[in-house]
Amino acid sequence: MNWNRLCAMARKEMIQIRRDARSIGIVIAMPIVMMFAFGYGVSFDTKHIPVYIYDQEKSQQSQDFLKRFQASIYFNVVKTVESYPELVQAMDAGKCQIGIVVPPDFSRKLRSGRKVSVQAIFDGTDSNSATLGMSYSEAVAQAHSQQLQLDWLRARGQGKVQLPLSVDARTWFNENLESMVTIVPGVVAMVMAVVGTFLTSLTVAREWERGTMEQLISTPVTPLEIMLGKLAPYVVIGLADTSVCAVMGVWFFGVPFRGQIWVFLLSTTLFLTVVLSLGYFFSVVAKSQLAASQISLIATFLPAFLLSGFIYPIDQMPAVVQGITYIVPARYYMAILRNVFLKGSSVATMWQDFLGLALFAALLGLAATRVFRKKLT
Amino acid sequence: MLGRLRQMLIKEFLHVIRDKRARFFLFGPPIIQTLVFGYAATLEIKHVPIAVVDYDNSQVSRDLISRFQASHYFELRQRLSDRRRIPDLIDRNEVTMALQINSGFARDLRKGETAHLQVIVDASNSNTALVGLGYVNQVARAFAQEYRLEALNRQSPAVAASLPEIVLERRPWYNPDMRSQWFFVPGVIGNLVLVIVVTLTAFAVVREREIGTLEQIMVTPIRRTEFILGKTIPFFLIGLLDTALISLAGTLWFRVPLTGSLLVLATGTTCFILCMLGVGLFISTVSATQQQAMMTSFFFIMPAVIFSGFGSPISSMPEFLQQLTYLNPLRYYEVVLRSVYLKGAGFDVLWPQMAAMALIAAIMLTVSVLRFQKSLE
Repeated sequence: MNWNRLCAMARKEMIQIRRDARSIGIVIAMPIVMMFAFGYGVSFDTKHIPVYIYDQEKSQQSQDFLKRFQASIYFNVVKTVESYPELVQAMDAGKCQIGIVVPPDFSRKLRSGRKVSVQAIFDGTDSNSATLGMSYSEAVAQAHSQQLQLDWLRARGQGKVQLPLSVDARTWFNENLESMVTIVPGVVAMVMAVVGTFLTSLTVAREWERGTMEQLISTPVTPLEIMLGKLAPYVVIGLADTSVCAVMGVWFFGVPFRGQIWVFLLSTTLFLTVVLSLGYFFSVVAKSQLAASQISLIATFLPAFLLSGFIYPIDQMPAVVQGITYIVPARYYMAILRNVFLKGSSVATMWQDFLGLALFAALLGLAATRVFRKKLT
Repeated sequence: MLGRLRQMLIKEFLHVIRDKRARFFLFGPPIIQTLVFGYAATLEIKHVPIAVVDYDNSQVSRDLISRFQASHYFELRQRLSDRRRIPDLIDRNEVTMALQINSGFARDLRKGETAHLQVIVDASNSNTALVGLGYVNQVARAFAQEYRLEALNRQSPAVAASLPEIVLERRPWYNPDMRSQWFFVPGVIGNLVLVIVVTLTAFAVVREREIGTLEQIMVTPIRRTEFILGKTIPFFLIGLLDTALISLAGTLWFRVPLTGSLLVLATGTTCFILCMLGVGLFISTVSATQQQAMMTSFFFIMPAVIFSGFGSPISSMPEFLQQLTYLNPLRYYEVVLRSVYLKGAGFDVLWPQMAAMALIAAIMLTVSVLRFQKSLE
């Protein structure tokens, strides 16, 4: 390997990138657009769930009960309806996600010390929102029920009784349980997976398509030098892009960065090696820019989105799918980034993820050096 | 006129059928994506790994712990004797939650005072944390309620026999088992139709322009409307075919019920595909090369999917972006898909969505066709 030739190759690639306005656009615009789109668009903070109320009794007691829903930030009581069909219609049209039906004997039963059932109808279409809505409304109903019981017991001489149990939750790493805090570090990984592979997927294919590959082959430069020279500028660009995303995440989206910067950079470099090698590999194999960029989008975007634990927790997937996630490099990087940002974890605690990432970096890096032959076919 | 159009259609179909990559692109990604989404995209949270520290070590506290053990929402991984081990377990992602029962727990309950259950939650995934906390609350409340009743029963059976209580009767409609699959499988149809129709349409024209065959076509007696129809009708049919394919896979493989009418589904799909044809044509008028078409499509597809309510609820997005989603045809199509599939909704409910898509389609197609005709001159 010759250092001069390598540098020349890298310089040529750098000039090519600089003069191609569109690829500069991709480099700058894509990460920023993706950060904004995902940062704002992917949110699971379920608040202000639209609620319809059908109060068949309209007594003081039933109103007191329903006021609890109005007071909670999780619900937004949109309308009070006067009939059951009206409620059904609203559910069908998606105007509300929860319908609370208070029975006509609500206060009579409570006054005589009996159990009363309040119907809570959920739109189960979006099962996740429905699950959250259920647990919030359950909490509201329980709180009211307990208060009634306390009043009841106190009125009957059990003066000392208190609420039986309180669950004191301490939420670590994300005190307010904001989904943005979860999503944003993951977006950085998503951006790198897509941009990294996409960028390099064009480098070799472009030379083939434009016929400049013949010129390159006739020079004394070796395949290894071609590869390293071609990838070097992208490593720099990739690191810059990741840093821009990370800074955006911290300053703009207000996500904490609790870890050490070198851990972040080390994992990023490893992951860049993976995605850049992968893109290079596709580029050499496909020999056409279009095919290469299509393959790389399909091969990176979808797995990074679905199988990396970005949104959908891996441990909830079927066992076979969980097995598949181990061959998705983004999985390891995703875990590391989230830990570095939110938990400030050290390399020692994340050694398994680092090992996985390093393994893929070595494997794909090696594959990339082998795939390119200086031959005209 | 019909003869020329037929020739054009035959040519376009041959293009698609003879191109190996295009053939794969038509049916490969739809099937793969449906499978991956169906299996991997789940936000259901079950078997949350937990650790417990029981400093009280009483009959009551053990009783409470066994409740958590019995629930399929939790999986008891570790019993700790020292709470100082919790941070390490959480850092290494071995448990998501830790329950801590302090000494005096049983005593407080017995005396009718409020007993405290400490819960430490790894909130780095906010959704898992929220859902998990909801489950903890459910289990703990049920336990406390029963405990109180039993205690009362011993003290004064008369009071215990009549105690007011509000029970929330939970009725998840449309998706009684709250399966994520039922939410994502119908939804993914929208994504795929969007990607396929937009990219195919955009590429079909740009390719001819890039290769230079567009000029050849222009010297034939074919009229512009015929050319545009010839370019769009095949993709319209392919879009319908793909929808049918995924619907079949969803019904036969994933057993998602199709409760609504096929006519409503087909009408919605037609409106949506028309929108996407408009978008695809538009992209082809602003792109000179396939590479540019690829980039432009990506910048349209990504935000369109994120801001459609496909993966995360629109109501959780910032207000300003919620307003913007009204411009997104996929937003309406997702509602149509899920409502027809799960709610069995008809035209009476879905006409606003259909009208919105038809309007967008009319505008997009007019603008694109006008631009397109100009670009052919």
